[in-house]
Amino acid sequence: MSGSASVTAAQETAAPASAKPERSGARAPWPLLLPAFILFIAVVIVPLAMTILLSFHNWGQYTGIQFVITLKNWQEIWSDPYFYEMFARTFRIAGLATLFAAIFGAPEAYILNRMRTPWKGFFLLVILGPLLISVVARTLGWALLFGGNNGLVNKALMTLGLMDSPLPFMFTETGVIIALAHVMMPFMVLSVWAALQRVDPQIENAALSLGAGQMTIIRRIILPQIMPGVLSGGIIVFALSASAFATPSIIGGRRLKVAATLAYDEFLNTLNWPLGAAVAVLLLIALVLIIVGSNAIIERRYSEVFR
Amino acid sequence: MSRNGSLALIFHTIFVIFMVAPILVVCLVAFTPEGYLSVPMNGFSLRWFRAIADYPEFINAFWVSLWIGAASSVVALLFAVPAALAIARYQFRGREALSALFLSPLMIPHVVLGIAFLRFFTQTGLSGTFVALLIAHVIVVFPFALRLTLAAATGMDRSVEMAAVSLGAGNWTLFRRITLPLILPGVVSGWALAFIQSFDEVTMTVFLAAPGTETLPVRMFLYIQDNIDPLVTSVSASVIVITMLALILLDRFYGLERVLAGHSDRGR
Repeated sequence: MSGSASVTAAQETAAPASAKPERSGARAPWPLLLPAFILFIAVVIVPLAMTILLSFHNWGQYTGIQFVITLKNWQEIWSDPYFYEMFARTFRIAGLATLFAAIFGAPEAYILNRMRTPWKGFFLLVILGPLLISVVARTLGWALLFGGNNGLVNKALMTLGLMDSPLPFMFTETGVIIALAHVMMPFMVLSVWAALQRVDPQIENAALSLGAGQMTIIRRIILPQIMPGVLSGGIIVFALSASAFATPSIIGGRRLKVAATLAYDEFLNTLNWPLGAAVAVLLLIALVLIIVGSNAIIERRYSEVFR
Repeated sequence: MSRNGSLALIFHTIFVIFMVAPILVVCLVAFTPEGYLSVPMNGFSLRWFRAIADYPEFINAFWVSLWIGAASSVVALLFAVPAALAIARYQFRGREALSALFLSPLMIPHVVLGIAFLRFFTQTGLSGTFVALLIAHVIVVFPFALRLTLAAATGMDRSVEMAAVSLGAGNWTLFRRITLPLILPGVVSGWALAFIQSFDEVTMTVFLAAPGTETLPVRMFLYIQDNIDPLVTSVSASVIVITMLALILLDRFYGLERVLAGHSDRGR
């Protein structure tokens, strides 16, 4: 199977280690691609199309899903301020979590990058490792830390004399933002870290030899060069935060609904699938537009850096 | 020791505490001897770890997670390895579009995937089955399997393959004895990362899981929705420890940085 295709390709060029694909404009090696292609058409494209169609179906308390085409769900989302509020909350939480992650994640990536070898690897593991730990376990940690008025965070803040009375974290947007920022932080650090690897240390040394202070170097040499990393990390964090489910559900509770938890409710509690599908499709469209739009802007603005 | 100033080190310390605190607190509370949520002050106890044994739902969910994770990663690789070889070696029309399609599960929010799969499997009569869960997980982990295999296939030295062909190796022999061993590190890490993704997945799975096909994160999530008690912290602590062990193995075997690089542009 894979042999026949690769052999002919291998015989045609004499550049063995070359990573460049050869045979420009040739026909696609379908025997290799077809299984995955069919799988994706059948189990990704078709279900997504069914979901979009579902959002145009009607639903009644006693009739269930009715297979008619109607704009009812979309009109309901459009006209009911509840949905406007919910989407505004979703994107507000995602935006603030992204800001939080950028403000703390970018400097941390810079500090990490300047560490000596054993420490660098160790702390990279400590900071990026949580990425692979279950979101539920990490969010549970925040629920324990926040835990009502005598949660550990409040106790610590009051012992340090930073506050007089406990702040509510559980079931508030603040709590969701902090927990989400923690869950998404590794993506930001990773993205800025990748950008830092492309920075030529000689430029920093040149600036130093010309008498630039540390702050000047960070502001005028480092920041402009890692900005694409911060921004692309920001897009990832924003997209994942806006569609996050477990964290807003556990920390936000039943009343602080975001798009993902509302869609879940419509599907598994209210059983109004068409409305839930409409909410999900709207979230998908909004995110795709935001991701594609901001990627285009970043790439145009920073095309120099990517070259 | 470090070129960082003291201000940077203070920032770093606070940052590390922020990252580690929630994970540490789960592990601490899991050892409480009390019957309620508390950080153990006088003495640790394993009672809540023993309590897991009396709660078969968690044990079953753990096995479901293990099976789904292992099987979906293998199946994903069966589809991803040929696709990765094709994408790495051929320049053809629609190559970019195909890559985008294969990586699309990274960009589609998992809640949308969950809904789409629920609708799809309900319509096809597979709803609530192990097979449905497996197929859904194959799709979700596919990009991770593809990306690491692709990286290995792209960086591969092709001269060995050419030598084998000139010595008369057939297609299958070539793949089995030359190509596969050369891309094996990528394939194995792809499997490991795919397994972890499947093992951690909750948002999409929560839509599909029925009693009996609940994965561990889903069981934990549903449990937490009802109440938070030391039992769920001991389960979480176990999950954390298992993940840490996998992490250390992965780091030794392949380098965590390279594995995690598979994550870095998932939103793009």
